[in-house]
Amino acid sequence: MKKNDFVLIGIVLLCAVTFYIGYNFYMGDGETVVVTVDGIEYGVYDLSENQTVVIGEEGSNILEIKDGLAYMVEANCPDGLCLHQASISKNRESIICLPNRVVVEVRSVEESEYDVIAQ
Amino acid sequence: MEKKNKVAYLGVLTALALIFSYVESLIPVYFAVPGIKLGLANVVVVLVLYQMGVKEAYLVSTVRVILAGFMFGNLMSILFSLAGCSLSIFAMYFIYKKPSFSVIGVSVIGAVFHNLGQVIVAMIIVESFSVMYYFAVLMVSGVVTGIIIGIVVVEMRKRLKINVR
Repeated sequence: MKKNDFVLIGIVLLCAVTFYIGYNFYMGDGETVVVTVDGIEYGVYDLSENQTVVIGEEGSNILEIKDGLAYMVEANCPDGLCLHQASISKNRESIICLPNRVVVEVRSVEESEYDVIAQ
Repeated sequence: MEKKNKVAYLGVLTALALIFSYVESLIPVYFAVPGIKLGLANVVVVLVLYQMGVKEAYLVSTVRVILAGFMFGNLMSILFSLAGCSLSIFAMYFIYKKPSFSVIGVSVIGAVFHNLGQVIVAMIIVESFSVMYYFAVLMVSGVVTGIIIGIVVVEMRKRLKINVR
């Protein structure tokens, strides 16, 4: 390995850390869960309330909200990657099921007010 | 080196890349973030880039992605990999001729930009910026796998006497 390799690796790692810290700083705890299918909003759910949400008309995914954490419990796609994604609770965190184009995203109430104003 | 030899080498190396894709599809990797994998096929792409040139590397990479997509993946995975491999070759091409970078640095750049290409496609498909959150983790995994792949390529170059230009 040469000197520039280390510089390059250092820069990439630094970017990753900055990115991660910036993102965490930007996020706070969220209060609502927004489910989007194909870019269109499907529904908004309260994160503090324990519930099970069936997503999609044919029930392509099932989302469980329990003790302030949201996670996917069922998906009809072949890879089922979203089932292995970590449960989410912070603002802007998300679970994504690409085959079904489902995005589950946590938002804070304050921000959704801004969103309404921005619209 | 004659042209037919070059074609033969390209065929063999593409087949090798396909086998790597197959081996990788057999290893189930489940982390909190989807998209983390070793990128074994990148061994062949980096090797071809150094021994044969950028055009050949792009060719092998694209053919590998399309064939592997039809065999072990789906249309969506082809789209993801194509964006990833194009961006990755583009980035590697920029630095591989510079003597100040070794194979390992080139391999790291390739891995990180492969991930970046996929994250960009994912952002377009789901129409959300939240995917960018994964990129921080993918950058770190790209550095780790890039170093491993780079070391493998260094060892392969010592042993294989492929030099077609």
